[in-house]
Amino acid sequence: MRPVSIIGVGCTKFGERWDASLRDMVAEAGIMAIEDACVTGEEIDALYVGNMSGGRFVEQEHIGALISDYAGLSRLHIPSTRVEAACASGGLALRQAVLAVASGYQDVVIAAGVEKMTDVSSGTAADALASAADREWECFFGATFPALYAMMARLHMRRFGTTHEQMAMVAVKNHHHACFNPIAQYHMEVTVDDVENSPMVADPLHVLDCSPISDGAAAVILAPTEMAGRLSDTPVRIAASSQASDTLALHDRRDLTTLDATVHAARAAFSQAGIEPKQVDVAEVHDCFTIGEILAIEDLGFFEKGQGGIATEEGLTALGSSLSVNTSGGLKACGHPVGATGIKQAYEIVLQLRGEAGRRQLEEAEIGLTHNVGGSGGTAIVHILSR
Amino acid sequence: MTTHAPRFWRCIPQRYSLIGTHCTSCNESFFPPRNICPNCRRGAQLEECKFKGTGTVITYTTIHNATEDFDRLTPYHLAIIELDEGPRITGQIVSAPDGVKIGMRVRPVFRILGKEGERGIIYYGTKFAPIEETCCD
Ligand SMILES: [Zn+2]
Repeated sequence: MRPVSIIGVGCTKFGERWDASLRDMVAEAGIMAIEDACVTGEEIDALYVGNMSGGRFVEQEHIGALISDYAGLSRLHIPSTRVEAACASGGLALRQAVLAVASGYQDVVIAAGVEKMTDVSSGTAADALASAADREWECFFGATFPALYAMMARLHMRRFGTTHEQMAMVAVKNHHHACFNPIAQYHMEVTVDDVENSPMVADPLHVLDCSPISDGAAAVILAPTEMAGRLSDTPVRIAASSQASDTLALHDRRDLTTLDATVHAARAAFSQAGIEPKQVDVAEVHDCFTIGEILAIEDLGFFEKGQGGIATEEGLTALGSSLSVNTSGGLKACGHPVGATGIKQAYEIVLQLRGEAGRRQLEEAEIGLTHNVGGSGGTAIVHILSR
Repeated sequence: MTTHAPRFWRCIPQRYSLIGTHCTSCNESFFPPRNICPNCRRGAQLEECKFKGTGTVITYTTIHNATEDFDRLTPYHLAIIELDEGPRITGQIVSAPDGVKIGMRVRPVFRILGKEGERGIIYYGTKFAPIEETCCD
């Protein structure tokens, strides 16, 4: 296996993109990444795209060919592959691209992610998202996606004394970060009271504990590290890429307050990169619900199990602390076009490591991590990036 | 509206009577039935077993905002229940006027679970209700 670097990145504005179709958005992100990398179409060997449910959201499957076509690559006939792991589809596309380059099989590869979710009603969107859970043994009995995370939250509160106020602070922090991010869906501060007074979705989770329905696309371009210096002035190295799985249904997990898939993926990633969690300066973690960020910062090894709520309350994950979490605004406030999220996370870390993150730029960020979860924890994907 | 009927008919015996799998090699029980034991894999000795259905609430939520199929039921309680034989299942808690609590003992009840559209097929299955605490036994 050879070292791999990111040589170009692009991301559309996230949000309700009434003006743009799925193919428009992916072309926009792809062209940004290609221009950023200073490569030509002829140099691209392959394309991987993460997309959870084009079939449900825009009644379009065969996203691989579509993306290659509208990225202007159809006459080059390169392989284009769509991958799916629910909300971790983007992270999985990045990992497939990393494996393709690391193996030596391909040199310059695009990893993209896209989801167009606002063309259907919110009820249809919720039902499509629920297909990431166990349709026969969770959803059939009335489970929704927020309900599964709510049940994890309830048990976390009971066991560790985590409060809903601490969960609300995740939303407050991530909305604050999003105000500095031009591509974010929301540029709106929220308070703990706003979160606690927003309508209940699945007790204890309120509307403002949940990530939104979003449209958006992102793309990154990879190349072997040995070529990266020629193709980019600011390459970022991929120090680790790992993936783990667990039971599809939440009720079958070893522990309902731990995502074991995250634990296993994180361990493998830190071992590959040869670093400790405390060396990470900036992390984009999967906060599909506020409790998701609390679980993530524990399961990734940044804080002891049960300490994620307190750590959030103490500001240990805020912008500019020794571990800044979700500087983009996270899924919560930057938006969560599911297939695009895993790629957007890498986009954000690359900007931070290059020093191009504008008003949310960290001082001295050298090592960043991305954490993308599928479903309620059936898949977890972790990447570590370094300058 | 999605069409679930064929998918859910297939599973009717398990939905009506909580039939699962017991592995005699590792003594773990599974619900729904499994063809492969995740502990023993090729070394498994599997047999069918029927669960009593009584169990304990491990965690729960009250759903106020549901998918289209369950919208008319809101708010309703959903829980993860650990059956007395070990496996955990997700199910609704009904007939709980004082709410649901972690550690609450529950028993299975047979109820309408859903309906496909206004005149669609009605499907039935297991929900759970609190076991009355009696002070004398
Ligand atoms: Zn066994």
